Amino acid sequence: MPVLLEVKNLKTYFKVYHGLVKAVDDISYHIKKKEIVGLVGESGCGKSVSQLSVLQLIPTPPGEIVAGQIIFEGQDLLQFEANGDEMRSIRGGGIAMVFQEPMTSLNPVLTIGRQLTEGLELHLGMDVNEARNRAIELLSMVGIPDADKRIDDYPHQFSGGMRQRVMIAMALSCNPKIIIADEPTTALDVTTQAQLLELMTDLVSRFNASLVIVTHNLGVIARYAQRLYVMYAGRIVESGTAKEIFGNPRHPYTIALLNCVPRLDEEEGRKLVPIEGMPPNLLNMPITCAFKPRCPYHIERCGQDPWPDLKLIEGQHYVRCYVET
Amino acid sequence: MTTYIIRRVIQSMLVLVMVTMIVFLVMRLLPGDPIYMLITEDDLIQSSEEKIAALRHEFGLDKPIPVQYINWFSAAVCGDLGVSIIHRGKVAKEIIGRLPITLHIGLLAFIISIVVGIPLGVVSAVRRGRWLDTGVTLLANLGITIPVFWLGILMIYFFALYLGILPVQGYTSPFEDFWMSTRKIIMPVFCLSVFPIASAARQTRSSMLEIMRQDYIRTAWAKGLRERLIIVRHALKNALIPVVTLKGLMFRNIIGGSVLVETVFNIPGMGRLAVDGVISHDYAIVQGIVLLIATVVLVVNLVVDLSYGWLDPRIRYG
Repeated sequence: MPVLLEVKNLKTYFKVYHGLVKAVDDISYHIKKKEIVGLVGESGCGKSVSQLSVLQLIPTPPGEIVAGQIIFEGQDLLQFEANGDEMRSIRGGGIAMVFQEPMTSLNPVLTIGRQLTEGLELHLGMDVNEARNRAIELLSMVGIPDADKRIDDYPHQFSGGMRQRVMIAMALSCNPKIIIADEPTTALDVTTQAQLLELMTDLVSRFNASLVIVTHNLGVIARYAQRLYVMYAGRIVESGTAKEIFGNPRHPYTIALLNCVPRLDEEEGRKLVPIEGMPPNLLNMPITCAFKPRCPYHIERCGQDPWPDLKLIEGQHYVRCYVET
Repeated sequence: MTTYIIRRVIQSMLVLVMVTMIVFLVMRLLPGDPIYMLITEDDLIQSSEEKIAALRHEFGLDKPIPVQYINWFSAAVCGDLGVSIIHRGKVAKEIIGRLPITLHIGLLAFIISIVVGIPLGVVSAVRRGRWLDTGVTLLANLGITIPVFWLGILMIYFFALYLGILPVQGYTSPFEDFWMSTRKIIMPVFCLSVFPIASAARQTRSSMLEIMRQDYIRTAWAKGLRERLIIVRHALKNALIPVVTLKGLMFRNIIGGSVLVETVFNIPGMGRLAVDGVISHDYAIVQGIVLLIATVVLVVNLVVDLSYGWLDPRIRYG
């Protein structure tokens, strides 16, 4: 499958009062056509910022994309002006996003229908009636009953899960090539989470789109993602196919993440192991490995030499670590 | 909704009773006597105790205050606001003669404050930190602190006396001479609208800044919408609620502010009528005007509260 989106050496920094926060520090990744990719990491590791950077949705100031290339369909998106016409035609049209908070991500004063149709009118040039009919279709597709009536309701008349379904319908509406789902199920209860992931992956394959699932929960994407990127402190620390990473995790952080997740096939009575310590403050980071303070395996070299580069293990499996685990 | 409106109207009635009671009492507690004011103007020497008593009886001022109030209020409910002690004319007629003048200036100032103030606030918020924002913020702070009468006097001095391009004072009806009328009201309208423009701009700016940070605005950006559409369709309607509240409060300013402006520019409007009424202890005039202002404020407040429901569908009345 051809590569659809390629991010090269992306750096997104935030200038704050006390200094410089390197939220995304030199990450590279790619997404192929019709692929489901997981981006995993703790809160504040830069996973959301890296995704917002793709569409230049970083609030500037304080944020700024300092360096890198984002190649989508042969064009470098970072060459486009942030809110210019070319960038806007990609947003929603080429790459769409589903955000974390369904409760606040929909505009409370506009009807669901209006929020769906404005994208259709903009990107697909539909007139009012066409857009409305398509919006009703999309709503029933994401499993909203009586879509023809509910289209005139306001977001507060929907539950959290329903609103996230609306967000998914909105993201799919203009037939984008890639959907970026930023913690799409974090704010929902567990039963709804499973339903929504199932729905999303199903629809994405029907629409021939690629899906990026950003999450802090490895369990959530174990079933769906074909490839994974594990991020820590603004960098990718391990990447590979789901099989490679779940079968043979190499970075101590990935191992620790997997130890936090309960598994159905394990013996009873195993205690879940939390990762000791706190994620690092991204302000004034040392050049050495950022995970070292929390790493049970660290060796002398980890505290002296700068963070190593990603190194190939086998196949597509890369890891950023000195320790041979 | 209907139940809500009915309840609000009943509440408003109670407020009206209390407001008029207080004004009724305060006017009578002020030192001075309207009958003496009246006689002074006529013939002080020829007046006798009997004549004064007769006048007092004529205006019903010889009765106990609660009785006077009940008489006045029951007549007022039927639309009869009584007779002016000084002018001897019907109060209602007096007010209706002056009201269009005050409304002409006041409504113009009010509309200008909306049309100018809200866009200034929006532009200022959207271009936050740029020179335009700095300029608007500076002017808005200035506009809020400048006293209306001082600005009025300064404008008269500069535009009327020094440059001589505008009439010094007075009022002409627009139906009589539109051009002259417009020239005469430029300065009063400007003075009256400075504070509402400034406060509307400030409120809109802070409200817009708050809304532009919301998640749903990011969703709108992620859809690829134009900045202008995001501001107008997605942000402004959300940002307007506090602005509408403020504008509702400002509406009162039209009549309240007219007292100063009409005095400075010598305009025979309702504000002047009220001031003259207080000075000459013309009870009926002051009571009538207060009743009118209180009613306007209550109606505007109700309209403002109902408009919330139109702006934000989450708000329900019950």
